[in-house]
Amino acid sequence: MTGDVALLLRRAGFGPTAVELSAARQSGYPETLAGLLAPLGPDVGATSSPVPTLGPDPHANLPNPTRAQHIAADVKRKAQTELLQRWWLDRMAVASHQAVEKLVFFWHGHWATSIDKVRSGQFVLAQHRTLRNARDIVDLAHRMIVDQALIYWLDGQFNKKDAPNENLARELFELFLLGIGQYTERDVREAGRALTGWLTVLEEEVPYFDRKRHDPGRKTILGQTAKFDAHSLVNLLLTRPECPRFIATRMWFRYASHSEPLPDRLREKMVEAFPAPMAMLRVLFEDEAFAGTAHTLVKQPVEWLVGAMRQLGLRISGLPVETAMEIVHGMRALGQLPFAPPSVGGWPAGTAWLTSAAAQVRLDLAGRLVALHRPERLTPEQVADMLCLDGWTDRTYQVLREVKDARQLLVLGLASPEYLVT
Amino acid sequence: MDALTRRRFLVASGVVGGGALATTGAALGLAELLDKSSRAAPPDPGGKLVLVTLYGGNDGLNTVIPYADRRYHGLRPELAYPAEQVLHLDDALGLNPKLRGLKRLWDAKRLAVVLGVGYPKPDRSHFRSMDIWQTASPGVPIYSGWVGRWLDGTNATPETAVSFEPVLPPLLAGETRSGACVSLGGLRLPPGIDDGLVGALGVAQPGEPAMQARAAASYADLLRVDHLVRHSQETARAESGPSGPATGTGGSSALAAQLALVARCVEANVPTRVYSVSLGGFDTHASLIVGHELLLTQLDEALTGFVERMARTEAGRQVTVVVYSEFGRRVRGNASDGTDHGTAGPVLVLGGQVTGGLYGEQPSLSDLDDGDLKATVDFRQVYGTVLGAVLGADPARYLDGFQVTPLPFLPAG
Repeated sequence: MTGDVALLLRRAGFGPTAVELSAARQSGYPETLAGLLAPLGPDVGATSSPVPTLGPDPHANLPNPTRAQHIAADVKRKAQTELLQRWWLDRMAVASHQAVEKLVFFWHGHWATSIDKVRSGQFVLAQHRTLRNARDIVDLAHRMIVDQALIYWLDGQFNKKDAPNENLARELFELFLLGIGQYTERDVREAGRALTGWLTVLEEEVPYFDRKRHDPGRKTILGQTAKFDAHSLVNLLLTRPECPRFIATRMWFRYASHSEPLPDRLREKMVEAFPAPMAMLRVLFEDEAFAGTAHTLVKQPVEWLVGAMRQLGLRISGLPVETAMEIVHGMRALGQLPFAPPSVGGWPAGTAWLTSAAAQVRLDLAGRLVALHRPERLTPEQVADMLCLDGWTDRTYQVLREVKDARQLLVLGLASPEYLVT
Repeated sequence: MDALTRRRFLVASGVVGGGALATTGAALGLAELLDKSSRAAPPDPGGKLVLVTLYGGNDGLNTVIPYADRRYHGLRPELAYPAEQVLHLDDALGLNPKLRGLKRLWDAKRLAVVLGVGYPKPDRSHFRSMDIWQTASPGVPIYSGWVGRWLDGTNATPETAVSFEPVLPPLLAGETRSGACVSLGGLRLPPGIDDGLVGALGVAQPGEPAMQARAAASYADLLRVDHLVRHSQETARAESGPSGPATGTGGSSALAAQLALVARCVEANVPTRVYSVSLGGFDTHASLIVGHELLLTQLDEALTGFVERMARTEAGRQVTVVVYSEFGRRVRGNASDGTDHGTAGPVLVLGGQVTGGLYGEQPSLSDLDDGDLKATVDFRQVYGTVLGAVLGADPARYLDGFQVTPLPFLPAG
């Protein structure tokens, strides 16, 4: 293994600091990879940013709220949503176990659920804990199919025997476990029946299973006939050969390349490591095909922001709330705010992040970040080191050479085309 | 109510393949650009197209309502509108009661309704279906949008197609060209950073990786399009006096704001030929009536205000608006007072060039395909008609050879 350790750090985490990169160069690729995917000991950095507790949902135990109670609960919910969003952006930056944190973000985009509809911070936080704590992909899928945020997001609470709502079933096939084209419309409808009966309950941590609403009859799904329910349906999908292949493809798409296809040979090697996500990633990062994907992946806005904050030595929780919220609003304008993916399909990729409108927001955000940093005098070379870039193109170097102000240099560095692609 | 943009389609794969990407050159300066447009006077007389995407799957049966069909009332008892509430278009079909402004445009013969539009072998996934609508490729997935291919084929500049959304819709992405996204606010730069520095970052570096080149081009596009829009605002202000141009009624919705910007650009003769705007939230699986009515009200106000404003200028009368969604909803309601994903739906076409009326055939409610409407008009007939009549293009070239029989809602191009 003689891969580029800088590429590994950029892809496995949110963006290394100069100190991390130089340490990794000392240790070499295999040791760096092992340290990333199986970090020893507790996450020391993250101890200053523990998963928050929110208390009960503000709308819980209010069966007949007055208008004033309703408004007050909504206000509380909004504050909780903002707290969660600031917290995770902070946690991503301070976590020492960067690849662990990045994997949670990957799963968030995979089982994409938005608080814009779910509204309950408690539901969303419970899902987040599941994404974080699941033992492996099998455990994750079984926990997600009875996850209150996911059920609410995909109208599972309306899904009942005499009138199935197939929204959750469809996404389970298409986006979560199998991928499009691996099933028929009939499979979706039958799976919808298997998922009937679950009701979300604000006051509880788990949904309520209402037997009267469940369709206990036989269903034929993917050629198998049985009295499927939520868990036996998930079991069926997990044992399909398409499932590990689909997950491997999604990992390649986010960690390696959104334009080049995953080579079949590597895909089958990753499948062998299923259902352990870190083992699948290890196979990916150890493969020569991964090294060949350098400079093809456009940074997602969260990767750009969190990497920049790490390299500038900033963290969200160190900022006044108003300043932190300006950054949060900027992330919404860039189209990627944690806990609020635009659709159940998750975040876009590639050139979709490189629009002229995004260019405007990014310049503005870069200015805000740099204003919070107190730079020494800097040369263009030092900016490249700080941002862990291999160097500048002539184009960008010509621009930077003419600029003397350290903050302006950093803004241009963070906005530079070189910094936007890994 | 669930009127969120939760299912708004975003491209789930890299829009443009990893092949060679043309990058725009250096940004034009404002003066240079103004100079160009003044020499180009009179401005390009070509038609302009405004594509309105309703994300989430609009319920076509409750938009253009077969109120006289007893099966409509029988199949969705909780969701059907009584005949007397419907705004009658003829003795069989009528508009949703919330679409009063569109009814006015219908009476003025400026609204065409193409009935039963869909594509072969309907796919009920939002993503795949919206992908198909945007790429106009129902058979195999491809990575370019139908407008994007026209941009490729005409070697268009980035301002030729503009979206006022933060993320580029796939329909504007070609293989070598793509449309531009314009933010609704103006250009704001951090202290000490000026147009010159941003423009210099936007210069292409020979031999750099494709995605990096694309990143650079986004800065060039930002300046270029900002100059155009800023110029259009100045022109619009100058022409309409200090109070500014009239905006559509109820102009607070996101769609109305996007269309107000389109109106300004059109009135200032900005050389953009295709505008993409959108309204999300049509994925009404539950509590359909209330949510759908709110959305239709927004749609009605935004469209009516825009079309009526466009009718006042010569440039505006060249504008054709096409409103579509990725699929309709199931004929039957589900138990949640909503509907699940369905198939065919109506496409609305509006504007000064449009010959109002009904086109195509309303899908039968007695001849369903597994509970869904059967499409009667291939969506490529609609695209082909506007490619020919509005953009003056050869439709087959951009629709993978599909043979288009232009629908007569627009004069032949």
